[in-house]
Amino acid sequence: MRFATKGARPRRIVRLLWAIAIASVMMPAVAPADSDNYVEIARGKALATIGDCVACHTAPGGTPFAGGLALQTPFGAIMTPNITADNTTGIGSWSADDFARALHDGRRPGGTYLYPAFPYPYYSRVTRADTDAIYAYLHSLPAVVNRVNRNTLPFPFNIRLSMIGWNALFFTPGGFAPDSGRSGEFNRGAYLVEGLGHCGACHTPLNAFGANKADQYLQGNQIDHWTAPNITNDRQAGLGKWSVDDTVQYLKTGQTRTSIASGPMKDVVENSTSKMPDADLRAIAVYLKERGAEGPRPPAALLSSDARVRMGEAIFVDTCAACHKRSGEGVVHLFPRLAGNVIATQDDPASLIRIILTGGRGAATDATPTAPAMPSLGYRLGDEQVAAVVTYVRNSWGNAASPVSAEMVKALRERVSAARE
Amino acid sequence: MARRLPRKDVVIIGLGWTGSILALELSRTGLDVVAIERGPWRDTATDFNIGTAADELRYAVRHDIFLRPKQETLTMRNNSSQTALPIRKWGSFLPGNGVGGAGVHWNGQTWRFLPDDFRIRSHMIERYGAGILPESNHIQDWPISYEELEPYYDKFEYVAGISGKAGNIKGEIQTGGNPFEGARARDYPTPPMTQGHAQDLFGRAATGLGLHPFPRPSANISVAYTNPYGCSMAPCTYCGFCERFGCANYSKASPQTCVLPALIREPTFEARTECEVTKVNLSNDGKMATGVTYVDADGQLWEQPADLVLVCAYSLFNVRLLLLSGIGKPYDHAKDEGVVGRNYAYQTGSGSTAYFEDAKFNPFAAAGSLGVALDDFNSDNFDHGAQGFVGGASITSAHTNGRPILYHPTPPGTPSWGGAWKIAVRDTYQRVTNVSAQGSVMSYRNNYLDLDPTYKDPLGRPLLRMTFDYQDNERRMANWMAERCDEIAKAMGAKATQVNRLTGPWSVVPYQSTHNTGGAIMGRDPKTSVLNRYLQSWDVANVFVMGASAFPQNAGYNPTGTVGALTFWACEAILKYLKSPGSLVQP
Repeated sequence: MRFATKGARPRRIVRLLWAIAIASVMMPAVAPADSDNYVEIARGKALATIGDCVACHTAPGGTPFAGGLALQTPFGAIMTPNITADNTTGIGSWSADDFARALHDGRRPGGTYLYPAFPYPYYSRVTRADTDAIYAYLHSLPAVVNRVNRNTLPFPFNIRLSMIGWNALFFTPGGFAPDSGRSGEFNRGAYLVEGLGHCGACHTPLNAFGANKADQYLQGNQIDHWTAPNITNDRQAGLGKWSVDDTVQYLKTGQTRTSIASGPMKDVVENSTSKMPDADLRAIAVYLKERGAEGPRPPAALLSSDARVRMGEAIFVDTCAACHKRSGEGVVHLFPRLAGNVIATQDDPASLIRIILTGGRGAATDATPTAPAMPSLGYRLGDEQVAAVVTYVRNSWGNAASPVSAEMVKALRERVSAARE
Repeated sequence: MARRLPRKDVVIIGLGWTGSILALELSRTGLDVVAIERGPWRDTATDFNIGTAADELRYAVRHDIFLRPKQETLTMRNNSSQTALPIRKWGSFLPGNGVGGAGVHWNGQTWRFLPDDFRIRSHMIERYGAGILPESNHIQDWPISYEELEPYYDKFEYVAGISGKAGNIKGEIQTGGNPFEGARARDYPTPPMTQGHAQDLFGRAATGLGLHPFPRPSANISVAYTNPYGCSMAPCTYCGFCERFGCANYSKASPQTCVLPALIREPTFEARTECEVTKVNLSNDGKMATGVTYVDADGQLWEQPADLVLVCAYSLFNVRLLLLSGIGKPYDHAKDEGVVGRNYAYQTGSGSTAYFEDAKFNPFAAAGSLGVALDDFNSDNFDHGAQGFVGGASITSAHTNGRPILYHPTPPGTPSWGGAWKIAVRDTYQRVTNVSAQGSVMSYRNNYLDLDPTYKDPLGRPLLRMTFDYQDNERRMANWMAERCDEIAKAMGAKATQVNRLTGPWSVVPYQSTHNTGGAIMGRDPKTSVLNRYLQSWDVANVFVMGASAFPQNAGYNPTGTVGALTFWACEAILKYLKSPGSLVQP
């Protein structure tokens, strides 16, 4: 529009008056955060970092916390809301009680049901003191006007009341109950992993209703066509070979000697775990180490004479060995060691297939800023070749895992391409 | 009309080695730093993909990562009686473009100059008398000693992860290193590269002749390394795609591998790429810089005010920018007065090509700075009295590449195409190697840079004019070195050799060396130098100029090690300047 007509002006004034009227009616209901309470706000910022709120509540290229990211779920895309303190498009008009209710019960101030793409089944464990601190922090940020369409799911999933049934089946509200038989460090780790950290939201398999399978907690899942691996203490399928220090180093720097965070975990490390206090990272590592080990038994390694392994070895020598080395040992800080790498031997080979097809970039942190890249090889390796080299990597240097078929590669290639378009 | 931007503490012109190091060191102190770079952003992960990086046609033949001559070129002539003409296709040297600058496409030899190089004028007169100095020379002592620069050489080598073998640690000569080098505080950060067959033959032959071969210091590194900035490098794979290429393996030291990953995390740092600085703006009295004017990719002019201006472009373009901005008195060849453009120097190349009867040199298993060298004939490590010339050369056996398009040596007399050529390429590829001498070039009244009176760039600004030829001193030196190379080549067991001498005028057509030095030199006297010993302009105290443009004359080595050391040296001075602005040296 190049200029406003005279007729438009009175209407705009009326609208403005309405807005002022509504705002003044709502004002008393709001308990504004005390903007001078730096201690509380700083604590809230640290907690929001642990929760990695910014990851979902920021559109690509958008203002942090102003929402608008399309979260892909099996039921359709959900646009994440604006959680800055804007009164109309954000949560500026919410009280601390409203905020706590959303986190603990999955309900908006009017009572509307939230979808569990917002992981309130985890946040239900967060203490009220902590939700208040996060509330104070979010209210200390500049209010950003950004209206997000919150009704993008198709029928019948757009009926938010359906969440009553979902909650009855899959949601156990209630605070965190520490295990008195365990150390304070373990319990701190449990509070972070089971609560604000919501690790299980990605690392636990989902049932047909999109709820975490409680009996397979932290046993791995596929997320955005990447493997979120098993992070139980299982020696074969999980982090059993990682020491507490390895896990701390991974969360802090984005890498261990065998692994470099890539895919969605790269963002988690960069935005969240690399900025957390070492004591919390250690608590998480201790909890993951001590809480138990569950995962599928690995099959026996394929014979090196297997035709798929031999084909894969030839491709590996030509295409992969310059960086990852003939021995699979890789190069420290840059090229992950494939020998003994638990990501390579996950039951679900999606990450390994995907990183060959599309490439990927490692996490950059203050400690390890280089962020090395795996080049995309999907343009010059066919499905059968990718399947062969993945099968070789999964069954060499002491690794043992199920073979991968060309059909699996083809299916993942199609899904990844579709997601990109 | 330029649009004025908010003030910054520091503006950096050019984001190569020197610009990125200064940007990181200064932004870490909390200063607001903006780097303005003419070319595009470049990053290992996105620009040097392992699947496409080794594209000889794109990079080596079509010069993908170099400056486009239509963006900016130079005019050249051999002497002031000629009319200079524009270089329309790069040949003798290849100026870089874009983030990383020439630090992206270099071979990676990372030398320290020798202690004598820094006081060459005094030293030569003391030892041989003033008669040894060539006619019309402008040879000057550096305003800094090797000992002063040593800690900063060390800093640069540890940032770049250089692979080598020390020859002199705190005065103690080390077996296997260069016994002629100046004393260093400690060894290189990583061990030497694995040498090839030709280098083994060279090492044995040279030792047999009483010479002192050693592995040359290499920025293609031998083992995994993490530098003090936290940036990680991987061992070189000897793929032989170094010079003219970006390294896809994180193996060649460059701003991309060694500095930028840390720099881009600095909250007070900003890079503006595809933006070309057109001039450094000065206050009315011309004594202070007020910032820079630049043009962005859309042709929009911007004024960026800043308290400190760091000129960090390629050496030739540093000189041009000073001339275009009116910083320092331009050199007037006719009167032999003025300083900006004075003391331009270059590098000599000569040597011997050695043909063997049955050898397999596998030149494709190579790296830009793989090689064995000796310094017995460099600087003043030998008696110049009998030779009557000044300067020297490092003599090397090296294979930097055996790439398919441009590397197919053939014996003299081979037709340049057809069946006989093909047979000669096939028969020669594995059986030929070189012994080469990379020599110093002194500075002279006749070799200089100024603004061209005729030719202009697309923005209407005069191009830089290069007036250069090898002088008699350099020819005699280079040709004497060629004989030394030939002696070694024969001692290696070559069945035939071909001596490559420096003949004819300097030509801009065949590639020779991108070691263009001088033009904005550092010195003790404002009448004969542009910069003081801290690389600070004598005339405009808040302008510092980095790079090989500061060399008073060129030594028999690649310049990057010294450029890096001078950057760290100047950085300390800049921090001092910021605490108490003003000229750091009173003339």
